Amino acid sequence: MMTTAVDTKKLTMVQAVTDGMRVMMAEHENVIVLGEDVGQNGGVFRATDGLVAEFGEKRVIDTPLAESGIIGTSIGLAMNGFKPIAEMQFLGFIYPAFNQIMTHASRIRARTLGHFTVPMVIRAPFGAGVRAPEIHSDSVEALFTGMPGMKVVVPSNPYDAKGMLISAIEDPDPVLFLEPMRCYRSTKMNVPEGKYNVPLGKAARLQEGSDVSIFAYGAMIDVVTKAANAAEEKGIKCDVIDLRTLYPLDKDMIAESVQKTGRAVIVHEAPGTGGLGETIMSLINDTSFLYMKAPIERVTGFDTPVPMFALEDHYLPSADRVVQAIEKVAQF
Amino acid sequence: MEKLFPKLQIINENGEWNDGAYKSEITEELTKELYTKMLRARLFDRKGVNLQRQGRIGTYVPFEGQEASQIGSAMAMGEGDWMFPTYRDHGATMTFGHSLKTLLLYWKGRQEGCIPPEGKNIFPPAVPIASQLLHATGAAWAEKLKGTDRASIVYFGDGATSEGDFHEGLNFASVFNAPVVFFNQNNGFAISVPIEKQMKSKTIAQKAVAYEIEGVRLDGNDVFAVYFHTRTAVERARKGEGPTLIESVTWRYGAHTTADDPSKYRDQNESSARREKTDPILRLERFMKNENMWDEKWAEELQESLTAEIEAAVKEMEEAPAPHYNDVFDYVFAENPWPIESQKEAYAHSRGDR
Repeated sequence: MMTTAVDTKKLTMVQAVTDGMRVMMAEHENVIVLGEDVGQNGGVFRATDGLVAEFGEKRVIDTPLAESGIIGTSIGLAMNGFKPIAEMQFLGFIYPAFNQIMTHASRIRARTLGHFTVPMVIRAPFGAGVRAPEIHSDSVEALFTGMPGMKVVVPSNPYDAKGMLISAIEDPDPVLFLEPMRCYRSTKMNVPEGKYNVPLGKAARLQEGSDVSIFAYGAMIDVVTKAANAAEEKGIKCDVIDLRTLYPLDKDMIAESVQKTGRAVIVHEAPGTGGLGETIMSLINDTSFLYMKAPIERVTGFDTPVPMFALEDHYLPSADRVVQAIEKVAQF
Repeated sequence: MEKLFPKLQIINENGEWNDGAYKSEITEELTKELYTKMLRARLFDRKGVNLQRQGRIGTYVPFEGQEASQIGSAMAMGEGDWMFPTYRDHGATMTFGHSLKTLLLYWKGRQEGCIPPEGKNIFPPAVPIASQLLHATGAAWAEKLKGTDRASIVYFGDGATSEGDFHEGLNFASVFNAPVVFFNQNNGFAISVPIEKQMKSKTIAQKAVAYEIEGVRLDGNDVFAVYFHTRTAVERARKGEGPTLIESVTWRYGAHTTADDPSKYRDQNESSARREKTDPILRLERFMKNENMWDEKWAEELQESLTAEIEAAVKEMEEAPAPHYNDVFDYVFAENPWPIESQKEAYAHSRGDR
């Protein structure tokens, strides 16, 4: 068997994101980065740090402060030979661009039966828990999973972040790449140098267990991991699944897990109503209804605006709430 | 502002010279070509309204009265350039290369109507307002990055200037010096809302000042003014001299769409009076008569051959085989993800097809 020694570097998630862009920009002339403060400043989270020095101002572009403008021009660039990586400074700032994404980026392929396509990546930091100002903490991924023509992905660790970003850049269609701010610098991980792919549409099993399936993504992975460890001390073994891609969901892994456990807890920080939890429940209903031994529990953000940060810990699902949900389904 | 941005005109409403600067270029051949393309657009447009009335196509968006603006500007564009129309610009797109059949398919609700012929960079009509200004800017910016001399032209109406994307499009194009021609057709009405309620500005061209780009206001019913001044803007774009905002002042005679009754919001006698006075095709006819270019027999034969071309396109449209429902599913992504694939299978099953 041939083995290849792959060099690795210890990177945070935000560094892994930068590395993913760097690798793809070095490999493909047509990959460009554009957004607010992405050039000299390297992005407000330093996600594009060093890219302008390496690739120049023609490929790492400080745009005017206009989200619709960034996405709208990226559409024109994308369907004329470029692969734009458009940065939204925060997901909560994406709303002015909603029209461009909903009425153009996501449906140009369908409108023209494949004649025009928009291969672009929209990167956006998102989520609460970092004591950010108002509107900076929104989790509105479901606005986009409910938007035909968009893929939506959320890595939860540095390795996945780089590998999934590379896959998103290689994808022929628009991908919304959500970066949980809480994970940006929470941990370092060995990340291979150079190019590798983590496929879109595939979830990852983080812990093997036979009693309760837990489905989560992004910053909630840390929360559910703590909850699963606490549950294990009480004798409940959890099958912890990091969904990673929110559209299209990894149906097979979700079904396989609940068919083994018969019990499920779904955790996300986005509001419960209209959230991914409902989609996953319907998927379980469609694939695994007769395997279920207990009603599915959801631990989610509330149907409220994300509160200002003095209250955000109340809003965010906590390990305690998740443990309670695990016990409830286990004891049903 | 109206003095700073005068309505440029080459021939007046009586078909007489107003500006002789382009006289040597205004040959009989060019004149006849412009006349032919304008008449073709008008006959097509009238056919479109009739087909809708007869229930043979869906809601149709007429542009009659705006032929000089659309044909003059489209003629100024070259091979490989990009065109970003709205839903009222099929006069421009048919001149730039869309087939009449394709345009009719669009109004028959067919996806095929969004597909330009190979090699023709014509985007599908923008249905949201002003969003296409950014696509035109992005596509032009891409050409600049590639180092070509290709340009974009983007069409929009007076109402579109109120949208945020109008500002963002002009600003991005200005900042990045993108080779775009922003071609505004100011027909005075956004559905029912007159321009006085849309803006306090006396002209649209003056808005260019805010972006440090060229602003041009012209008589949009004078096909020569439209053609030559748009050509100048395109040439400037090709040379790397940046975008231009053109305000082409025109008038739509009819409704916003076939679903609308213009007599509810304006005196349609105005439209009738304008047909006599400022009509773009009649003006060119008067010019041709003044210049001894008019040939009654030529005009009759032209009308006949264009009518035959349009009828043939209608036939092709009506004979096009019905679309397969797979088209609903198969073009959302490069590859169908499982939710779409399973919905497609379930639908086929519900029809007894599988």
